[in-house]
Amino acid sequence: MSPQDNYEAVVANASDKVAEFDQGPKGFIGRFQSLLHRFPAAVSLIVLLVAIPVFGLLIDREPIMYSLGLVDLEDIGNSRYRFFSLRTLSFILEQVMIVGIVGAAQALVILTAGIDLSVGAIMVLSSVVMGQFTFRYGLPVEVAILCGLVCGGLIGSLNGWLVAVMKLPPFIVTLGMWQIVLAANFLYSANETIRSQDISADAPLLQFFGQTAMTIGGDESGRGGANFTYGVLFMILLVIILAYALRQTAWGRHVYAVGDDPEAAELSGVNVKKILISVYALSGLICAFAGWALIGRIGSVSPTSGQLANIDSITAVVIGGISLFGGRGSILGMIFGAFIVGVFTMGLRLLGADAQWTYLLIGALIIAAVAVDQWIRKVAS
Amino acid sequence: MKKLLASSALAIVAMSGAAFAGGHGTTACLITKTDTNPFFVKMREGATAAAEELGINLLTFAGRVDGDHETQVAAIETCIAEGASGILLAASDTSSIVPAVMEARDAGLVVIALDTPLSPIDAADATFATDNFLAGELIGQWAAATMGDAAADAKIAMLDLAVSQPTVGVLRDQGFLTGFGIDVMDPTRWGDETDPRIVGNEVTAGNEEGGRTAMEALLAVEPEINVVYTINEPAAAGAYEALKSVGRENDVLIVSVDGGCPGVQNVADGVIGATSQQYPLLMAALGIEAIAAFAADGTLPAPTEGKDFFDTGVALVTANPAEGVDSIDVAEGMALCWG
Repeated sequence: MSPQDNYEAVVANASDKVAEFDQGPKGFIGRFQSLLHRFPAAVSLIVLLVAIPVFGLLIDREPIMYSLGLVDLEDIGNSRYRFFSLRTLSFILEQVMIVGIVGAAQALVILTAGIDLSVGAIMVLSSVVMGQFTFRYGLPVEVAILCGLVCGGLIGSLNGWLVAVMKLPPFIVTLGMWQIVLAANFLYSANETIRSQDISADAPLLQFFGQTAMTIGGDESGRGGANFTYGVLFMILLVIILAYALRQTAWGRHVYAVGDDPEAAELSGVNVKKILISVYALSGLICAFAGWALIGRIGSVSPTSGQLANIDSITAVVIGGISLFGGRGSILGMIFGAFIVGVFTMGLRLLGADAQWTYLLIGALIIAAVAVDQWIRKVAS
Repeated sequence: MKKLLASSALAIVAMSGAAFAGGHGTTACLITKTDTNPFFVKMREGATAAAEELGINLLTFAGRVDGDHETQVAAIETCIAEGASGILLAASDTSSIVPAVMEARDAGLVVIALDTPLSPIDAADATFATDNFLAGELIGQWAAATMGDAAADAKIAMLDLAVSQPTVGVLRDQGFLTGFGIDVMDPTRWGDETDPRIVGNEVTAGNEEGGRTAMEALLAVEPEINVVYTINEPAAAGAYEALKSVGRENDVLIVSVDGGCPGVQNVADGVIGATSQQYPLLMAALGIEAIAAFAADGTLPAPTEGKDFFDTGVALVTANPAEGVDSIDVAEGMALCWG
């Protein structure tokens, strides 16, 4: 039997692939590019995982060498770890907390191809409402907190209505709302601070997010260890819940769809207006929670705090690889972005660098992150 | 619309006419950095009360935020156009404002710098301000006296205002170190000191959030910090929260400057060990009187002897007086506090 007639053998050697798109030549970079396309949070995670050991080696060079037995204590004078310490870890967590919570609100809005410049102002006004309702009007603290949360949710809904129904550009709507809310905050509060000591005496619930939930390490009274506050736990929980909701629920898929292409989403039966309003309202509510957490962090109710929260949250979102064009990115990336800023800030301070170097590096990271985003988008097009 | 404009223009003319008829025809301007900071709110109250008493027409202006230079320049131009006799100015940008100030002085107005000296200080006709160096020196002396022998190996955190090192922040910082007995090297800059007792300098923007973050950074550098200098009382309150989070709030000495009511209350509660109190009401009232005197016979206010500005006074407020350092108690501080 000639080989040509042996159909079975030919079939066995034949390609079993069905029709497919031509992928073109794909080296390591190409595969990396499509990996990033599928996992947009990967870039920020890699930067974070590189930054931590680099800062650690720079800052704790002496104690590391001492631990390895390479130098004597007399030669270095100090064997204490400053960066790789539980306390520094808890400080970074505490400092990232507010940006992380506000960043979650910002990430939701940016996923719909919008932007929210009013997040910080909503946060501060909500915290002022919680404080003033308790101390000026004598309302029970639970009611005052509820009023603060409702206040944040309402402002967010108004943003959403103006964007979705009135069809105004999100940038302009929230730019206006930022000014309005901030002015309302100063007018209403008369810029009066409510002291931490008064709050802990009369309404400790306002400081709930600042209380220690658990302590790791340290001596028996908890000194020297890492304190994790309820605020930090709330931030982590919030991100996990939102990550789940965005991936696994119909609402979450619709948020991505609206951000990717609102007309296509509308044609596929997504109620775009409803989704947009729900996203802005939820963003406002999360900001109000951030306001509550802010009281926990700084102890007092201070109308002047949180002035840069909108910029900081956008920074975290962008470094976290969420596309400003909407529809792509992961909320986990945002939290990695926030941690990158936190690690850089603390690391550069421990290195004794001028605070301006932090801003300079963060600025470079922002531009690099957007450049990477553009590069990744080429996979899609 | 035209009719509405015309009638409101008429109303404005009528109103300014009434103002002139009511007063002596003297107009004074008060230009502050912001109108949200309680310090400047109190300053405006003091100026308004003094102006009413002397029958002076007072116009008040404020920048939108600290650092809003353009609004202050526009305000000076408005005052010149208004034909005011004098301007009380708390400048946001002490050197860039000088050309506008010169324009006002050339137009025959007296310009008095309040709280913040211009650079150079003689760009204004006079300066009414707190002696910020002395304010710092008092808390430095108090901290050193309170610690006694332990001051020799103190671990000091310096919580300053801003990286741009505005003069008020530098004066307080360097005053504190001088009072504590530390060589300040160049007295026009903070952060160049080499004394090993200083753990580090961090900036706070003068608010609670900045105070806490800055304190955390310094605690990461040196967990055994036992003296904390703060630029103002909100920063001190933030630093206290950071210390509380690591269980060290009771064995650290915090000192501050300002004398606002929440700050003095914090002294009473033991959050702040001592604070240097300044007097914005007095500053503004004296300023209005100086403008009235200038409008009447052209006299210019003279600076305090031995200083290049008029010192409106400072007092140390503490519940634990230290030997050899003059201070007032908390009750007196409460009676004099602002904001």
